[in-house]
Amino acid sequence: MKRWPYANEMNEISTDEADVLVLGGGVAGCFAAIAAAERGRSVILVEKGSVIHSGAAGTGVDHWESACTNPLSKVTPKEIAEAYMDEQDHYSNGIAHYIECREGYDRLLDLERFGAKIRDTDDEFKGTAFRDDETKLMFAYDYENRFTLRVWGTTFKPALLKELKRLGVKIYERTEATSLLTRETFSGRRGIGAVGMNVRTGRIHIFKARETVLAMSRPARIWLFHPDLTGLSEFRPTQCIGSGHAMGFRAGVAFTMMEKSVRGEFSAAGRSFPPYSTGNNHNTWYAATMVDARGVEIPYLDRDGNVLKTVEERYYPAKGQKFFLKGGVIDEPKYEYRGPETMSFDELMKRGYQLPFYADLSSMPEMERKVIWGMMVGQEGKTKIPVYEDLTRRGFDPERHMLQSYGTGWQSASFLAQERQLFGAPGGIITGWDLKTNIDGIYACGDQLYAMDCAGAACATGYYAGRKAAAASMEISLSEADMDAVHAEIRRLYAPLEKEEGMDWRELNMAVAKLMQNYCGGVKCDDLLQEGLDLLKHYRESAVPELSCRNPHELMRAHEVLDIMDVSEMILHACLFRKSSSVPLCFERSDHPEKDPEKDRCYITVYKDDDEVRAGRIPLDYAGDLEEMYEKNNPGERSAG
Amino acid sequence: MEFEAVMIPSSSMPLRFTDKCIACGRCVEACQVDVLMLSEGEKHPVVMYPGECWYCGACVMECPVEGAVLFRHPLMNQTKFVPVRRKQ
Repeated sequence: MKRWPYANEMNEISTDEADVLVLGGGVAGCFAAIAAAERGRSVILVEKGSVIHSGAAGTGVDHWESACTNPLSKVTPKEIAEAYMDEQDHYSNGIAHYIECREGYDRLLDLERFGAKIRDTDDEFKGTAFRDDETKLMFAYDYENRFTLRVWGTTFKPALLKELKRLGVKIYERTEATSLLTRETFSGRRGIGAVGMNVRTGRIHIFKARETVLAMSRPARIWLFHPDLTGLSEFRPTQCIGSGHAMGFRAGVAFTMMEKSVRGEFSAAGRSFPPYSTGNNHNTWYAATMVDARGVEIPYLDRDGNVLKTVEERYYPAKGQKFFLKGGVIDEPKYEYRGPETMSFDELMKRGYQLPFYADLSSMPEMERKVIWGMMVGQEGKTKIPVYEDLTRRGFDPERHMLQSYGTGWQSASFLAQERQLFGAPGGIITGWDLKTNIDGIYACGDQLYAMDCAGAACATGYYAGRKAAAASMEISLSEADMDAVHAEIRRLYAPLEKEEGMDWRELNMAVAKLMQNYCGGVKCDDLLQEGLDLLKHYRESAVPELSCRNPHELMRAHEVLDIMDVSEMILHACLFRKSSSVPLCFERSDHPEKDPEKDRCYITVYKDDDEVRAGRIPLDYAGDLEEMYEKNNPGERSAG
Repeated sequence: MEFEAVMIPSSSMPLRFTDKCIACGRCVEACQVDVLMLSEGEKHPVVMYPGECWYCGACVMECPVEGAVLFRHPLMNQTKFVPVRRKQ
């Protein structure tokens, strides 16, 4: 037992105020804060960790997707945003995708202005097919249409932090946002700020704001939890578990597609390996040469099943195809958008290919090898130290060695159907064209939004939401917090500190994960879902009061589990509300097996109305014509690109 | 109430500090999961919550002294690689 090295500030309450309050300091939140500050608004940014490397893109990002207005792009924002929608049968966030496609390149130029590296200024890849020698911009996947860029993302968060400081944004680090403050007005509920807690000292913060932006990414540790290697339970940062969803749900914010979850793909504590540390040909590693155990090369096929003869062909659309979609959440897209890919695992097994497979960069053209190993692997999140340096130190040389592949695909493992994740493009907050939620005064951006993904989209929607919140804040006054609500929140937050020798937060997280696997697994039905809700209620009543913490760090983890329970409850309700199965939503019900009946081809929303949980229905095309509606809602906005 | 600092052990230790560490604390501030603690007078930070580490390497990225903090994956996560094998 050591002395706690930080001050004990329990029961101390600080109050601060801003025009725009941003909750979450990942790339989305940083850009939201910057957008508002650029427009002269006072801004507070709240971050549970430390901004320099927080969030999913904290230690890097290598591919910047769908920046359709970059000078070399041959596709328009309209084409790609509509392709994303079509590809997912419209269960996709058209608004977020259009913003990503239209403003993503502008955000990349911003990053350059802040001091980040976005182009090959060191001329390492001169003369290659993926580089434009005039602008020095580099491209991934589709070398013909050039709409996804290769970028040096290890420089991004430090550059954003520098810019935040330069603009005078007030940054509260090591501060978890715990709940939204709201008040009832003549025209409905309104967000007026948030409560926070310092995770080292226990100090309580009341943040009063005219407008609040939610940027706390998406939930995790719902079905997947490892009580020993808790940090490796999921793909994303340990403490990034959906507090924004939990506090939004508690405040009455509307969510959609929360019934969507996928069979697990990444849990390095479980069946898989650290992302990008194994032989694969996805994303960062596209289009690595793969071989089997005998050294026989695994064929790449075009969308028609023809074997590609050269490495170069892997980066171009098929004859008669304008562009292809690849990267991020795109997995086995529809024929129209399908790009080159290695032969399927089942087909390879039939033809006698032998496990294990390997990524063999040695036979690739030198520059294609170097851009994968050393640039993409190195600049992508969690790769510079954990993959590039670690493997190099262990003796790996891509010219002499092959890196083993695990499992049957790029995910490096095979999970059970009940081991699920909110990976890819899962549900989240549904907004209008101003990225405002159904609650006035509350906006959302980044991975808090439904059915979108990736750093470029996070940055673009972050800036957009910050810009909208800044404009709206001009007309609004600050409100006083309801101190009864604040004190109730403080009691809720501190409760585990009052309990001696009770339950460890890991035990409760484990029980909730097992609950979700059992009652909300691969195949759902009403009875199971209801039993799940019943058991969750029982855990709230009997286990939550037993939680016991000895310091603010353990308290932070306990609060995460409380938020995981709220999100789990929301998911169970969302599953109950959709009385049919759905292929695009990866949603299978044994009691309603009919797949995507016309009557249910819509967004089903879930929201809290005081103590009741209610559902709503919104048409899939509610966003309208994406380009027209963007223009209408953003008159005069011009891209730099 | 007094806060107690209790180290929560885990089956794997992600970091090891060497004699080169100058106890500047940059790694402690870089860790977004706050698993590291540096008390006054101590030679190097302590990994208080090794199980919570998400193996991002931010600590190593911010460390000003090469070789002061050594990173490793749990043994089960150390991917295998072999010499190139080629069959025509």
